[in-house]
Parts: sequence; structure tokens; C-alpha cells
Amino acid sequence: MAFEVLFFIFAGLAIASAVSMVWHRNPLYSAISLVGVFIALSCIYVTLAAPFIAAVQILIYAGAIMVLVVFVIMLLNLDEDQPNNRLNYLYAVGGGLGIILLAQTLFVFYAVMRAPNNVVDQAETAGRTINIGRAMYTEYLLPVEIVGVLLLMATVGGVVLARRLAQPQLELVVDNELERRDEGEKESEYRVAL
Amino acid sequence: MESVFKTAFPFIVSAVAVLIAFQGVLMIVAYTVLAERKVLGWIQGRIGPNRVGPWGVLQPFADLLKFIFKEDIVPDKSTKFVYFLAPLVALTCALLPMVVYPFGPRIADPLGWLLPYVAGTSFADSVTWVAEQARNMPLTIASIDVGVLFVLGITSVGVYGIALAGWSSNSKYSLMGGLRSSAQMISYELAMGASVIGVVTLAGTLDLNGIIYAQMHSPWYMRWYIIPQFIGFVVFLISAFAETNRVPFDLPEAETELVAGFHTEYSALKFALFFMAEYVNMFTVSVMCTVLFLGGWYVPGLSHLFNIGSIPYALASHVVFIGKICLFLFFYIWVRGTLPRFRFDQLMNFGWKFLLPLAIANLLVTVVIVYFLNS
Repeated sequence: MAFEVLFFIFAGLAIASAVSMVWHRNPLYSAISLVGVFIALSCIYVTLAAPFIAAVQILIYAGAIMVLVVFVIMLLNLDEDQPNNRLNYLYAVGGGLGIILLAQTLFVFYAVMRAPNNVVDQAETAGRTINIGRAMYTEYLLPVEIVGVLLLMATVGGVVLARRLAQPQLELVVDNELERRDEGEKESEYRVAL
Repeated sequence: MESVFKTAFPFIVSAVAVLIAFQGVLMIVAYTVLAERKVLGWIQGRIGPNRVGPWGVLQPFADLLKFIFKEDIVPDKSTKFVYFLAPLVALTCALLPMVVYPFGPRIADPLGWLLPYVAGTSFADSVTWVAEQARNMPLTIASIDVGVLFVLGITSVGVYGIALAGWSSNSKYSLMGGLRSSAQMISYELAMGASVIGVVTLAGTLDLNGIIYAQMHSPWYMRWYIIPQFIGFVVFLISAFAETNRVPFDLPEAETELVAGFHTEYSALKFALFFMAEYVNMFTVSVMCTVLFLGGWYVPGLSHLFNIGSIPYALASHVVFIGKICLFLFFYIWVRGTLPRFRFDQLMNFGWKFLLPLAIANLLVTVVIVYFLNS
């Protein structure tokens, strides 16, 4: 009973935050609302006896990824999104995707309703850290390795994109050294071309 | 009536426990502020506050009253809702980890001594029932399986308080402070997490009490994990300074560059919330340091003096726990009185190019050694 009440509180909070995320034109408000969604979801995970997933949800999504998003929004100082900036055909795409998502949700409901009821026994222990670790490194080892390689590729890609070519060094210009400065510039251009 | 009481009992216990813990921690935090001013005074050859009460002991309360009665100024062009939200987020995220702190060992029968006094009276049954419930009472509010992750997660959400405060104030000093702070906390969280994983692999659990018990039951040469994990300890301590925005990493509020950083535009009680959040965060990382590397409430040899599970044993352990925390808090103040501030590029280079590789190397070595010890 208590868990059902909690579930409805947190589910309502998650949906309200999600609606507010889509509704707001200010990107920072949307980002904060998304953090609200993540926190509400992790509360639901706790009530479902999955504390590890809940903690990881907060730690990674709310604590790391969204902080970066907020950081970028603050750094770029994005303006509010104007309605006339929007592309009209995106409404159709969004509507189509929404219908697909709804169909998926209904299918999941259908499958859950038809499923035999003995799945609940596992729920007590499946969320514990040791079980998740054991499953990840025995049964699902290959997917974990693939994700690891994917992350490594992403890291290398990030380094390649962010790496700059050697910049010409700024030099202190003294009055009678103008000529030497010209040579220096040529030299640095040469270096950049290399 | 009886059954209502019995149903509500766990909630009453949690509420009382939370109240006591919050009061205790906030008192410690208040006196950390006084201690900071006193110790800084001594380091700099001054006396420090000594007007309010004998030796200045009532200074924290005088400060609090002043914070409450000051005018609360809200900048005209600020984003009002976020401006109000930011200090709340900061303090809430600072206080939340308190529910998993291991304040002491379990007490086997905390209320057993009451029973002879109430025998024969009308509420003897209720007291017996409560004493029965209190058997094997942990001195932790909530024993979560993933205590370490919980603390790390909640403190990482605390970044929002600072970042949003900087953004919503509509002041360039605040914005710079907020940006610096988020960049710094994201960077040092990695090194901190990597140094914690070393301890977790040794202990084999993410539960804070479990880590303390793992240290109790390890061989004598690694009774406290500071010995096998010395590099991890150093990395953790340095990143803890950066995570709490303390000197020498206090760039988000560098007075000489940014007026007061992210809380430049905050006044009165809202500023007090940020101030308190900073000191509560200091307390949190001190607790984590104590639990992960100094054995928490455990002292070798204490079990020879008192019986394990008795009330004196729990009290002594608790006092030791608070003592270790105070040691770290003193260290914080000491460093503040000693070191100058880093430059921002130095801070970033130090975090990414020195601390993180060191933590990862430490983690690799630890994992290999643990693997061969276990096999």
C-alpha cells in the first residue's frame, strides 16, 4: 500500500517534470526539469528494490551528464527558443515517433499483463550490487566489452576533435626587432602548414 | 491505539533519528565555523572572535541571528525562481548524505536497563515491546546497500546549487564563479571516484558500515585502509578539498578576482544557506575520509575494554568517530591558513594530468593485488 502511494507520487513527479521539460522555451529550465525526471525515476527504482540502479541513475545522469549540459547552456548563453525558429515538418516527425512510443508502451503493458506472476521472486535480490556485478561479468560479458570499446572510441574521438594544431607562439616585440618579428611570423606560418 | 502506535513506530524512530542527527551535525558545523575563525586567528597571530560569550563560544548563534535579521536583497534582473531554488538545492544536497553515515556500532540491547524500573507499572508492556524492537539497534538512520554511491551521487547533484546560483544572479562575477565551480567539481569527482573504488575492491562492499567491518576483520597490517590505500587516501583528500571549494582550490569564490564568486548577489539567510552547505560538505567528506580510510568508529583494542554491543562501547566508538572527523576538519582549517590559491589552469592540469592518472594507476595495482590475494 505504502509503496503504491509512493509510486504514484514519484510517477506523477516524473511526468510533471517531463511535461515541464518539453513545455519550457528556456533551455536551462528544460535541463533542470530533466534533472527532476531523473531524480523521480531513481526514487521509483528505490521502491522497486533496485538501490544500485537508483544510485547510478543519480550519480551519472543527474550528477554528471546533466551538469555538463547545464554547463554548456550557461557557457553558450543560449537565448529562448523562438516559435518561428521551429521547422514545421518536425511536428509530423514528433507525432509519428510519439505514436510509435505509445504503441510500444501498450505492447509492454499487454506483455506484462500476460506474463506469469512468478517473476516477483527475483525482484528482492536482483537489484543488489553483487548480483548486478555477477550478471554483468558472466552472463552479459560480451555486451559489457562492446560497450567498453564503444566508450573508448568515443574518448579517442573526443580527443581527436578537441585537439588543436600547434598555435604560433606570441612573442614580445621590442622596437628594433620588427624585422625579426616578420621572420618569426613566416616561421610560425610554416610551422602551422607543417 | 496500541496498533496505531505499533504501525507508526518505525516512522517515529526514523523521524527522531533524523532530528537528532541533523541537530548534532548542524551544531558541529556551527562550531566548525567558530573553530575556523579561532584557528585562523592563531595562525595569523590574532585572537579571533572573543566578544560573544566566554571565549567567543556563542559567536555562531550571534552570526545566525544576524543572518536572520539582515535585509534579504534580491537583484532586480535575476531569474527569481532559480535564484530561490539554488540555495535550497545546495543545502539539501549537503544534508541528505547524513542518512547513511555510520555514527557507531550496533547496540545489542539499548533499552534493556529500563525494564526493572517500569516493572509492575501500567506501561510495562509497551516499554517491553519498544525494548524488544530496539534490539540490535544500528547507529545509522538508513542502512543502504550502496551507501558510498549514494553519498557520491547526492554530493554531485549539489553542483547544481552553485551553478544555478551563478547563472540566476545575472552578474558576471557570479556566472564566472558558477562555471568555474561546475568545471572543477566535475573534474575532481573522477579522481575521487577512482580513489574510492580502490577501497571498495578491498572491502568488497559499497555499504559504509560494511566497509568499517571489512577493515575490522582484515589482517593487522591493513586494519585501517589508509595503509594499503595510502595513494588513494592522498588522492581522495586532495579531491575532497576541490569538491568542497576550499583553499587551495577555492576558485569559485576567489575574493581577489570574483568579489565572492557564485554567492556575490546573495544576502541574509540565503547566503547563510550556502555558507552552511559549504561547511556541511566539509563534514561529509571528512566522514567519508574517516570511514573509507581510517576505520570509521573502529579503534583497535577498544573491544578489550568494553563488551561489543554494550552501550559504553557504542558511546566510546561514537566519540572516536567524531574525534577523527574533527581531526580532518582541523586539517582543512590548517591548510586554509597555510596555502595560497591555485591558478585555474594549474587546477585543471593538476586534476586531469596528475591526480586522475595517479588514482587509476592505484586502482589497477589494487585490483591486481586483490585478485591474487583472493585466488
